[in-house]
Amino acid sequence: MSNISKVPVIKVENINKSFGSIHVLRGVNLEVYPGEAVALVGDNGSGKSTLIKILSGTYGPDKGSIYIHNKQIEHLTPKKALAEGIATVYQDLSLDNYRDVIGNIFLGQEITKWGFFLDYPAMEAIAIDLLKKLKINIPDPRVPVGYLSGGQRQGVAIARAVFQGKEIMIFDEPTAAMGVKETATTLKLIHSLTEQGIAVIIVSHNLFQVFDIAHRVCIMKHGRIVKEIPTGDSSPQEVHQSLIGQTGLEDRMEQIYGI
Amino acid sequence: MGFNKNSVEKYFSQLLLLGILLVLVCFLSWKSPFFLTWKNWRNILDTISVQLLLALGMNFVIATGGIDLSQGSNVCLTGIIMAICLKANFSVWSAIVIGILVAAFLGIFNGLIIEKIKITPFIVTLGTSSLYRGLAIIITGGMPIYSFPTAFTFWGKGESTQLNPPIIIACIVLILAVFLMHKTKWGQYSMAIGGNEEALRRVGVNVGFYKVSYYLASALMAGLAGLIITARLNAAEPTAGMGMELDAVTAVVMGGSLMRGGKANISGTFIACLLLGVIKNGLVILSISSYYQQFIIGFLLLSAVVLAEVRQRGQIRF
Repeated sequence: MSNISKVPVIKVENINKSFGSIHVLRGVNLEVYPGEAVALVGDNGSGKSTLIKILSGTYGPDKGSIYIHNKQIEHLTPKKALAEGIATVYQDLSLDNYRDVIGNIFLGQEITKWGFFLDYPAMEAIAIDLLKKLKINIPDPRVPVGYLSGGQRQGVAIARAVFQGKEIMIFDEPTAAMGVKETATTLKLIHSLTEQGIAVIIVSHNLFQVFDIAHRVCIMKHGRIVKEIPTGDSSPQEVHQSLIGQTGLEDRMEQIYGI
Repeated sequence: MGFNKNSVEKYFSQLLLLGILLVLVCFLSWKSPFFLTWKNWRNILDTISVQLLLALGMNFVIATGGIDLSQGSNVCLTGIIMAICLKANFSVWSAIVIGILVAAFLGIFNGLIIEKIKITPFIVTLGTSSLYRGLAIIITGGMPIYSFPTAFTFWGKGESTQLNPPIIIACIVLILAVFLMHKTKWGQYSMAIGGNEEALRRVGVNVGFYKVSYYLASALMAGLAGLIITARLNAAEPTAGMGMELDAVTAVVMGGSLMRGGKANISGTFIACLLLGVIKNGLVILSISSYYQQFIIGFLLLSAVVLAEVRQRGQIRF
């Protein structure tokens, strides 16, 4: 952790967001440094997904500011976020099943000759290289993504984000639909990204999975980050305890149903 | 590039249609010595040129998961605008340009309602179809406008030349469409909108702009078709182009493009148009009643769709 610089790659201050009468985010503050992995953990409806959608430019916050390298960014759109090097791996993977692997990796960032003519050989070369580097096993990148297995599809989504995200990568429930082996591969991959100096934000339900790779765990509840725990001086059990202590739901379930 | 399993998979619809076409061509040329003459083929190509133009435009719209039911009415209204301009002693070129500009405007109107108000393309273009057709009837009072200068009717036939202008126009647009669909972002995004619109928005693509542009392209094709038909008939009728949008959809779907979008197939569309043209021509050559025409086309369309759907279901995971 000594190589982490003092300038946060991304910093958000007092982020507020409402949908109608529902106040989803109530003043979130978060800083992420280069090479750091931060896990956002919390119950359903705690505001994790909304927060990362604001970071990726999908939603605009009602109030609050976003800084990238200490430079305030007004009206962050998906396009601006990508230009600033923020890439997101969405929970639904955001893939076009009819499109081949190459097309999905380069979606929206196609390489062209003379501004309009798609340069397939160049894209294919980069895609093959990228998949190899990330150890994602896809024999033929010209196959439509719809033909691939769940793990391979996840791999394509990650490869795209790695291609897009030069600074910050956001993972929304990266291992939700994965088997044990695929989960391990993905987590190893995320770890290697942080070693390359990329800041990683992981949203997860599963604290135990992300604990090993995260440098810091942020517990969200009712639209706030209620606790930030460096994983170095804590155990997952401890954090889990504070998590369920905070939500209180499982305690209440225990009292009511005896489970 | 080998003739491997993958490329057979990829080009299944085209290969199937080509197979049927080949069988048909062999059969017809055996039955009639006239069939394989250039004069007959020029006739076939001339007949399919309008359907091909409309189908090519429709292909980009269908690739997005949409549909443009106003094409036929657009063909009609464009023709009438050109006719009125010609009758008002505009030059032929300015009449054509004005007609195509009106077509473009109608297409942008479709696209803007679909994108801005977020109503399904089927309903919007069903409405505008009636709107444009109604406008055509109101303007003409239900009467056809006819007899134009030869410089205008040239665009319908051009008997003096070996290749008729409609065939040349259709060929140029076909090559352009193949290039645009498969080699440019613009074409790829039409399929990407049909495949996963949200994904495209998330990577920062201005989906609305692209969507409107596909309806514009479809309308431009209707404009060209309006020019050809009006010039060919030497008359602009308020009933022109009736049902042409559905013929275009037939060719698109038969050619292997998916109705729900995501996958489009320009060469398939061309082969389907050619096949439909050869079938119609063959019925005439064999002097079989044209009553069978509708039945055969319906049968082929259904077979193509059922086959594509069954194959698709086994392969793509969702």
